[in-house]
Amino acid sequence: MNVVVMKKVLSYIKRYRLVVALSLAFAAGSVALTLYVPILTGRAVDLIVAPGDVDFPGILAVLTRIGIAVLLTALMQWLMGVCNNRITYGVVRDIRARAFEKIEMLPLKYVDGHSTGDIVSRVIADVDQFADGLLMGFTQLFTGVITILGTLLFMLSLNVTITLVVVVITPVSLFVARYIATKTFSMFKLQSETRGEQTALIDEMVGNGRVVKAYSREADIQSRFDEINRRLSVCSLKAIFYSSLTNPATRFVNSLVYAGVGVFGAVAAVHGRISVGQLSSFLSYANQYTKPFNEISGVVTELQNALACAARVFELIEEEPQIPEKENAVVLKNPDGSVALQDVSFSYVPDKKLIEKFNLSVKPGQRVAIVGPTGCGKTTVINLLMRFYDVNEGAIRVAGIDIRDMTRRSLRTNYGMVLQETWLKTGTIRDNITMGKPDATEEEIIAAAKASHAHSFIKRLPNGYDTVITEDGGSLSVGQKQLLCITRVMLCLPPMLILDEATSSIDTRTEIKIQEAFARMMKGRTSFIVAHRLSTIQEADIILVMKDGNIIEQGNHESLLSAGGFYANLYNSQFAR
Amino acid sequence: MENVVRSLFVYLRDYRKETVLAPLFKMLEASFELFVPLVMASMIDKGIGNGDISYIIKMSLILLLLAGIGLTSSITAQFFAAKAAVGFAEKLRSALFSHIQGFSFSEEDKLGTSTLITRMTSDINQVQNGVNMVLRLFLRSPFIVFGAMIMAFTIDVKAALIFVVTIPALSGIVFGIMMWTMPLYKKVQGKLDLVLRVTRENLTGARVIRAFAKEEEEKEHFHRENDELNTLQKYVGKISALMNPVTYIVVNAATIMLIYTGALRVDQGWITQGEVVALVNYMAQILVELVKLANLIVTITKALACADRVESVMLMESSMADGTLTESEIAGKTLHTKAAKVEFKNVCLTYQGAGGESLSGLNFRVERGDTTGIIGGTGSGKSSLVNLIPRFYDATKGEVLIDGVNVKDYPIETLRRKTGIVMQKAVLFKGSIRENICWGRKDATDEEIEEALCMSQSKEFVDQKEGRLDFFITQNGKNLSGGQKQRLSIARAMVRKPEILILDDSASALDFATDARLRKAIRETEGDMTVFIVSQRTSSIQHADQIIVLDDGEIAAIGTHEQLLKTCDLYQEIHYSQTGRSSEGGAGK
Repeated sequence: MNVVVMKKVLSYIKRYRLVVALSLAFAAGSVALTLYVPILTGRAVDLIVAPGDVDFPGILAVLTRIGIAVLLTALMQWLMGVCNNRITYGVVRDIRARAFEKIEMLPLKYVDGHSTGDIVSRVIADVDQFADGLLMGFTQLFTGVITILGTLLFMLSLNVTITLVVVVITPVSLFVARYIATKTFSMFKLQSETRGEQTALIDEMVGNGRVVKAYSREADIQSRFDEINRRLSVCSLKAIFYSSLTNPATRFVNSLVYAGVGVFGAVAAVHGRISVGQLSSFLSYANQYTKPFNEISGVVTELQNALACAARVFELIEEEPQIPEKENAVVLKNPDGSVALQDVSFSYVPDKKLIEKFNLSVKPGQRVAIVGPTGCGKTTVINLLMRFYDVNEGAIRVAGIDIRDMTRRSLRTNYGMVLQETWLKTGTIRDNITMGKPDATEEEIIAAAKASHAHSFIKRLPNGYDTVITEDGGSLSVGQKQLLCITRVMLCLPPMLILDEATSSIDTRTEIKIQEAFARMMKGRTSFIVAHRLSTIQEADIILVMKDGNIIEQGNHESLLSAGGFYANLYNSQFAR
Repeated sequence: MENVVRSLFVYLRDYRKETVLAPLFKMLEASFELFVPLVMASMIDKGIGNGDISYIIKMSLILLLLAGIGLTSSITAQFFAAKAAVGFAEKLRSALFSHIQGFSFSEEDKLGTSTLITRMTSDINQVQNGVNMVLRLFLRSPFIVFGAMIMAFTIDVKAALIFVVTIPALSGIVFGIMMWTMPLYKKVQGKLDLVLRVTRENLTGARVIRAFAKEEEEKEHFHRENDELNTLQKYVGKISALMNPVTYIVVNAATIMLIYTGALRVDQGWITQGEVVALVNYMAQILVELVKLANLIVTITKALACADRVESVMLMESSMADGTLTESEIAGKTLHTKAAKVEFKNVCLTYQGAGGESLSGLNFRVERGDTTGIIGGTGSGKSSLVNLIPRFYDATKGEVLIDGVNVKDYPIETLRRKTGIVMQKAVLFKGSIRENICWGRKDATDEEIEEALCMSQSKEFVDQKEGRLDFFITQNGKNLSGGQKQRLSIARAMVRKPEILILDDSASALDFATDARLRKAIRETEGDMTVFIVSQRTSSIQHADQIIVLDDGEIAAIGTHEQLLKTCDLYQEIHYSQTGRSSEGGAGK
């Protein structure tokens, strides 16, 4: 599983191969020079033997060399750092971008069925963790590997036997590190999952803080939170502790190597096989040789964590997108407004049938009212018309064309939709109004706002049309938000309209005026209205009566009344007290 | 910065032992490490110098012993550090969450959900990481650095003076870069907030964005924010990448000095060759430690920036003080008064940061068991009025009394227990229907739940859900329709059998028939529940005992339906606009 994830990560890194190559080059250069310095230092030490036996000109020459080597190393180290930052943050940006693009393409079924907090945590927190791991990986893995190889070469050039001592002992640290890493991976994954669960709870409870407070449920929520928090704490402790064992364990091996080099080196020196200076070079190599092993093993655990996080992001990225547009999908232009549903069957879950073999033919400019008891599935019809969901069987045609044969964009922009649940984005009032028509002029915007009676309250806001509203409308009232949503549609006036209980939170005086504007707007436009007002229903050309997700009756007011069915019952019950 | 550390420090209090032990064991490990160059020096000078092989082996065994003790103390330290850091984060998260829950509506309006989520999650994670690293390294590194210096002094005072110059220079560099990058990291985190907000917005608004075919624009928007984040990250990265190379230069410059001075001292016979090696080794240890310290600094800088953000939320006090009356005091006060159930005396409300009053000079009383209708235009203050009763906001002037006692004097929980409010936007939580209804009353029996479902007209659709009361509602009630959510949230309020029931336009998604049945059921409930109904429709409130007509935050008229029809133009206008002119007969809804 790790290999698969790693491969995917690599495919993101591919874009930066030039930078990677540069980084590698700088790493190689700086490591080579870093390794050269101990040799020089060793030589200098050999020139300092005893009182009266010190070669000062020789030492000065060696020291100059050290100086130059050090300056070059520092420069290359910095450049390598810059490259690594570039790669890491670049990859992170690319992954976030891909994840976001996927969000825009996911079928609504996925969005409806997953918690917002969890998806957000994948895109933000997980990617962040991944970045940390990747950066560490790059800075330390490269230099680590190159240092190991370089040190080996330099050591071999000094003395073969002592080098062998180092080579034999060191792999032990790799084994230890590997063992720890495999143990911790599952812990990190558990930690990541628990975090996701916690984020989801925070999102739900903080987002709906008002209800929590109204019911004084703070204590209960707190205990639920603390329960997850407790679990998180337990698996975090395990993950962190186990992974932090790597360092001491490898450092211990490191000390073994150091002692080994000391013993063999000192004995060799006694027999005159190497000089004291060379032994000093060896000792610093012994340090440098095992240090990258420490780092690599540290990196391995960090990478494990990073990969676990990456896996969660990739899961999102690889989620199956909505059915792609057909290759020859047509762009719906100026449709006449006729809509036909032919033998449409649909259900959200396979085993619970909803709409079956439904037929409806709406002529251009007709008004369709959808009525029925609360919760009868009226929004399902909207989901289908807008192609938020695809029909299971049959077809929906607009202007005679199957909506699956046209681009989603052209289908949807030909509908004007006002949903029951208002949604506004962070930005100015103007941004929100011009969503459907970004190039609208000031006059058009004001005209639309006046038509929907939003102008007067917008005018009174601190910065008028340039007032920035925060997440989800923030300080605006439900009614004001709805007025803005209506203005949004008013501005672009598409040929077909979908109005979903749009006016339910607006006071009646305003509503009357809006109704008038709507009437003007609906003239010559095919409209679907999830209706509550009797007048709307009475004036509709077609009434769809829904119950339990099914469309059970269809006709106009008179014909349905005289049929004496469910509709008649519903209508008469309105007089009930 | 220091303040931040101090105020969040309290959450480490329970881990005092661990917090002390972790660095202590680290120091233990470090001190054994400091002996290593000395052992090696005597190995060179005595062992090699005298050709004494058994001495060499003895010394190497000492090295092994030092390594073993180092390992043990290090593992102990890691454990305590992890325990303290994780425990600290757990406490902090819990405290922050509880603090956020204590916010009044005013604070919630001011902050947003997104930023609270980042602070609860990624910010605290960074802080946890910071604490862990600090415990592990922050004492160890300076200890090694200064320890190395002291060891150098024991070898040769003159050579050691180089250490004395080098160490402050290094600390200057390390802290300088830290101070430089810290505000930048804060900026990065702020940008991340923006990226999070766009992501969240696109999930919550998926339908609208797709309906307007704005996917491309939103992508562009995201890419813009994302790219800006990227640029900023790279910039900060460039600066913090300076740390290693610069310290490397300084340490090696010092080494060069050291060798030269060492050469002079050996030449004059003050120290031996082996001791020069030891000195160079100490300098090398400082370098190794500094590399770790530099990495640590990056972590700490980030952690501090994050801690600062966490703290800013922590410091935000709830603007609402809890009432101080005890249950018996309340009972004493309410028992003997013949006070109205609810009374508004000269109440005004100005929202924080708002220009003008949203409610001004409200005066009215509501008797026990009465039903009060509240009607008025959008933005006329209907919701603001009812929000004052359970004390979601505090009246800026005047007082709101329940049973003759000011709402500010009730403990908030007692007050909220008296009231059941159903808000405009129906909100349900992930969990079964039963769990959701039990929000109203924890110990509600199934019979009571059924009764509430019946009254709220939910029974009919609940009967059809799989598992009925056990039917699982997904987050935000996404698998229910708007009307179903409204009815369940009404059931939730009904099940607590509140003294005061407030329906804030909460039947807007119901059809007329259901709405009518609902009102009928509420009227017929036993006991003397006092009811407030906020509505846009006169039909919903025409049977109320009194109707308050609001206009732009002021009471335009109070009376019964019949009275108002005669005396209040505004009410007439609203009524007839909904029913058609009375002469036309109307639908009489």
